[in-house]
Amino acid sequence: MSDENEMITGIEVPIYLKYNFTAGAAPARFLSQLKEGKLTGQSRSDPGAPVYVPPRGSCPATGQPTDTEVEVADKATVQSFTIVHIPIPGNPIEPPFVVANLVADGANISFIHLMSECDNEQVHIGQRVQAVWRPEEEWDYSMDNIKYFKPIDEPDVPVEHIGKLPVTGLEA
Amino acid sequence: MANLAAVVGIGQTSYTTKRNDVSIAGLVREAAVNALNDADLTWDDIDAVILGKAPDMFEGIIMPEIYLTDALGCNGKPMLRVHTAGSVGGSTALVAASHVQSGTFDRVLTVSFEKQSESNAMWALSNPQPFSTHLNAGAGGYFAPIIREYIRRSGAPADVGIKVAVKDRLHGARNPLAHLQLPEISMEEVADSFMLWDPIRYLESCPSSDGACAMVIASEELADKASKPPAWIRGVAMRSEPTMYAGREEVNPQAGRDCAADVYKQAGISDPRKDLDVAEVYVPFSWYEPMWLENLGFAPEGEGWKLTMEGATSLIDGGDIPWNPSGGVLSSNAIGASGMIRFAEAARQVRNDAGDHQVPGAKLALGHAYGGGAQFFAMWVVGAEKA
Repeated sequence: MSDENEMITGIEVPIYLKYNFTAGAAPARFLSQLKEGKLTGQSRSDPGAPVYVPPRGSCPATGQPTDTEVEVADKATVQSFTIVHIPIPGNPIEPPFVVANLVADGANISFIHLMSECDNEQVHIGQRVQAVWRPEEEWDYSMDNIKYFKPIDEPDVPVEHIGKLPVTGLEA
Repeated sequence: MANLAAVVGIGQTSYTTKRNDVSIAGLVREAAVNALNDADLTWDDIDAVILGKAPDMFEGIIMPEIYLTDALGCNGKPMLRVHTAGSVGGSTALVAASHVQSGTFDRVLTVSFEKQSESNAMWALSNPQPFSTHLNAGAGGYFAPIIREYIRRSGAPADVGIKVAVKDRLHGARNPLAHLQLPEISMEEVADSFMLWDPIRYLESCPSSDGACAMVIASEELADKASKPPAWIRGVAMRSEPTMYAGREEVNPQAGRDCAADVYKQAGISDPRKDLDVAEVYVPFSWYEPMWLENLGFAPEGEGWKLTMEGATSLIDGGDIPWNPSGGVLSSNAIGASGMIRFAEAARQVRNDAGDHQVPGAKLALGHAYGGGAQFFAMWVVGAEKA
């Protein structure tokens, strides 16, 4: 013990709050499909409308409902990324790790996910990657069914085409 | 047509890691009293109070405006809270200004604050979402990929961010209120500092600060009688856009471009670099200086970094358009207050009251704030003259 007269001016009292998340129709569908090992998005019903993964029920650009479900590929393109050198609060992952903004083939917007099985210094914009899934018996209503994305041996996507690939990817 | 309004009083606390000597109530009161003293006014002269702060989860106090009414002398007076994430300090000043410009009130006190020592903003910005992996690494983790894309498309040299980090800290060393006092900082020191969210280094990031900022905004009639020179509000604009939509231009957001065009039009500005004397712009990560130089029309797209590298934005190098002579967000970041500090520092410049970081002869200044996923924008132009 230090000075017995030391005044205590503050204490830390962590509070834990457990709550249920009400997903709503679009995320509930997205999470249910993930449990089956499928990555899906949604779009407005008009032709050529953008596909959102994950879907949130409405198109943020127009406010209209996204009532058309689209299955997208588990292959994706690196739109951008960061190499994180500090821990994430509440996540046991060890730094440094690569968090990438990825656009799945068939989708028109990026989501973030982990990249692994790669040399961090070699990760680059336009790089092609594919999901590495957890064993099927571990699948839940979660994007964590995908452990991470790893680089694949496909040519880089030119920047102007990132976010515009069909579900068949580069083959189309 | 809006009525003329002006800033007639400015009060700030000093910015520091921990203000253990005051509560949140004490912190906001200190800034408010400083603003009243600067305006040579008392609490009775205030018609209404407009308060802003960043999301409640930062300090874990829900609706703090309710209990801060006593500290801000507004029991029985109209009071309003503004919410626009990190841009809130700017938006709050604009909401306060609108209450005078509309003729609703003659004299309004506006205050914004953050007590980051009682909060954990990184945690508050990193909460897991059920439809995503839990990889949100605070604001730096969000903005780093956008900065990387700026570097790719502009072809800017790797040390532009380092140059901004040094420049704003040298500015901050001239401002006794600034949190970081680093008069000896060098390019090497910034380059060697720890990489946090590649390409953002530790010294290319803003600090975590406690602090508050306040202003008194008055009608033309009252401002004409003010004891110190007023800063006349010549243009006000806010714009926002969704965080995520397909095809969103994240590096150079449309909401920012539209907001700037609107505020320049009101202030009669056709070439911001020429027409403005100084700008206080929200730059929490160093690379946002060249990005916002382009977004705000000070440089053509892809060329903002050239102004930075030429020293055009440096007060110390005698640049033609100093940015953040106060040291900016990179020197002090009391999040909720940071936008209002930009607005207040712009006003200090045109009142010729900015001390050692005064831009000589400044007559027209821009105050800017952004927030959320670079989706909320607030700007004002203040002048030494009415028109």
